[in-house]
Amino acid sequence: MTTLLDPTSERTPGTRERAPRPDSLAGTTVGLLDITKARGNVYLDRIAELLAARGITVLRFAKPTFTKPAPIDLRHEISTKCDVVIEALAD
Amino acid sequence: MTTPLLPDGLVAVVKRDCPTCVLVGPVLAEVRDRAAEPLTVFSQDDPTFPEETGGAHDDRPLDVSFALELETVPTLLRVRDGQETARIVGWSRDQWETFTGVAGLAAGLPDYRPGCGSLTQDPAIAAARATREGEQQLQARRLTLGDQEDDAEAMYERGWSDGLPLVPPTPERVVRMLAGTTRDPQEIVTLVPPDLVECTVEKIAINAVMAGCRPEYLPVVLAAVEAACTDEFNMHGLLATTWFSGPVLVVNGPITRAIGMNSGINALGPGNRANATIGRALQLVVRNVGGGKPGEVDRATLGQPGKYTFCFAEHEDAYWEPMHVERGFAAEQNTVTLFAGEGIRGVVDQISRTPESLTRTFAECLRSTAHPKLPLAFDAMLVISPEHLRVYADAGWSKARFREEVGALLQLDGADIVRGARGIEEGVPEAFRELTLPKFRPGGFLIAHAGGGAGLFSGIMGGWASGTVGSESVTREVRT
Repeated sequence: MTTLLDPTSERTPGTRERAPRPDSLAGTTVGLLDITKARGNVYLDRIAELLAARGITVLRFAKPTFTKPAPIDLRHEISTKCDVVIEALAD
Repeated sequence: MTTPLLPDGLVAVVKRDCPTCVLVGPVLAEVRDRAAEPLTVFSQDDPTFPEETGGAHDDRPLDVSFALELETVPTLLRVRDGQETARIVGWSRDQWETFTGVAGLAAGLPDYRPGCGSLTQDPAIAAARATREGEQQLQARRLTLGDQEDDAEAMYERGWSDGLPLVPPTPERVVRMLAGTTRDPQEIVTLVPPDLVECTVEKIAINAVMAGCRPEYLPVVLAAVEAACTDEFNMHGLLATTWFSGPVLVVNGPITRAIGMNSGINALGPGNRANATIGRALQLVVRNVGGGKPGEVDRATLGQPGKYTFCFAEHEDAYWEPMHVERGFAAEQNTVTLFAGEGIRGVVDQISRTPESLTRTFAECLRSTAHPKLPLAFDAMLVISPEHLRVYADAGWSKARFREEVGALLQLDGADIVRGARGIEEGVPEAFRELTLPKFRPGGFLIAHAGGGAGLFSGIMGGWASGTVGSESVTREVRT
């Protein structure tokens, strides 16, 4: 009978419910998060245009670098100012 | 293994496998009958011994003997209020009579016989005891495999492996691994990404066992994990990137010789246990403690075999100062430097015998790191071989001189690297046309020296998103 020591963190990842999806974007504030990968701005500029044409409020955000998780302050700012966020993962 | 309470009075510890103990068997019976205080006898190997006293208390687990730090049997002690106040060892009639207060002991026996070694002095027994005590301190969850379960398969099934077989991390092996460091097994070394969980010395030791490390490698593994988990090195991003890179470990200082690392022939290849397992241990910590697995947070498009392990020692007895000295450490300090590197690729120049010519070769090859038209975005490490370094030594070019000269050759003309130039759409934006840009940012070009004595080849490994955008190379001192 062999006994082994667990090499893992001994944690099980928790699951969280997704935030409820709005039925319509009318009256919402949409955050556009550029992770600063090359040409992410091209995609988000076009999205911003399309949203603005529908009269939707758009706020733009950017991560300092695409290689690291978004700073907690940025995440907090987005969550307090926006109802919806669209993130561009481009190359 | 708590210290047993000793009974007051006289206490003797003996073993059957000791001629002197056999000799004093009848003496103990005499002492028991005639002394003013009670006698308690412990036997290390056989509780039916000595027959003359009707046997003894069983100390085959050696709890009493270890607690008393015995070196010799027989040992006779006096105990007051549970504490030892005096002891004698071996057999000496005079000493025993004085100690026990019983005159005329053992008329037929010789006056003196030396004792024998206590079983606690047996190195194998002492080591096993230390292991048992160490095992009790371990905090990791224990998994007991079924009798029919194959341990190698069981580890694969639990997802602990990088794909290669693992050494089963039994409590005994982990205790032996922990002997490689003076650090407390429960010390929290760092937070390991991507899950950012607290990682103890013990968890790193478990993964080091699985990787195949020897205990003396553990301090290097600990330093590597510390370096990897800094914000500057950015292990999270390096893991998550679609690019090829993984942590490349360059080890410097006397420890590389002490633990038998390879800096010579095939230094970057297989065949050396320390090189192979130290790099692998870091990867297993990220996988198992941090939760970073290929296909999950590790999103590499192609990956590369160096992500199993990529670790080598620098060859330090050379014309150029070693990497850790260049990075501000003393030659006698032990360090590990982490670089976010892709695989190695060869540079051949078998003709150049002048540093000017060879430097141009290196510049041409270094320029193609990631893409010949991309400046500043990717770091690189040049691993220069002994035969190439000899060209610089013969000409008296210092490492600083080489850096200066190769840096001058790696100034890229904007017109040549803008998008569309040379018929290639990749490149820098048009706005940079009038500028001159260096291929590497300050600090973005590392130089190591390694390899066998034959071969006019060197190696280049490209880096990843450089500096604060991605990863900065990090050097950590190896602590004991």
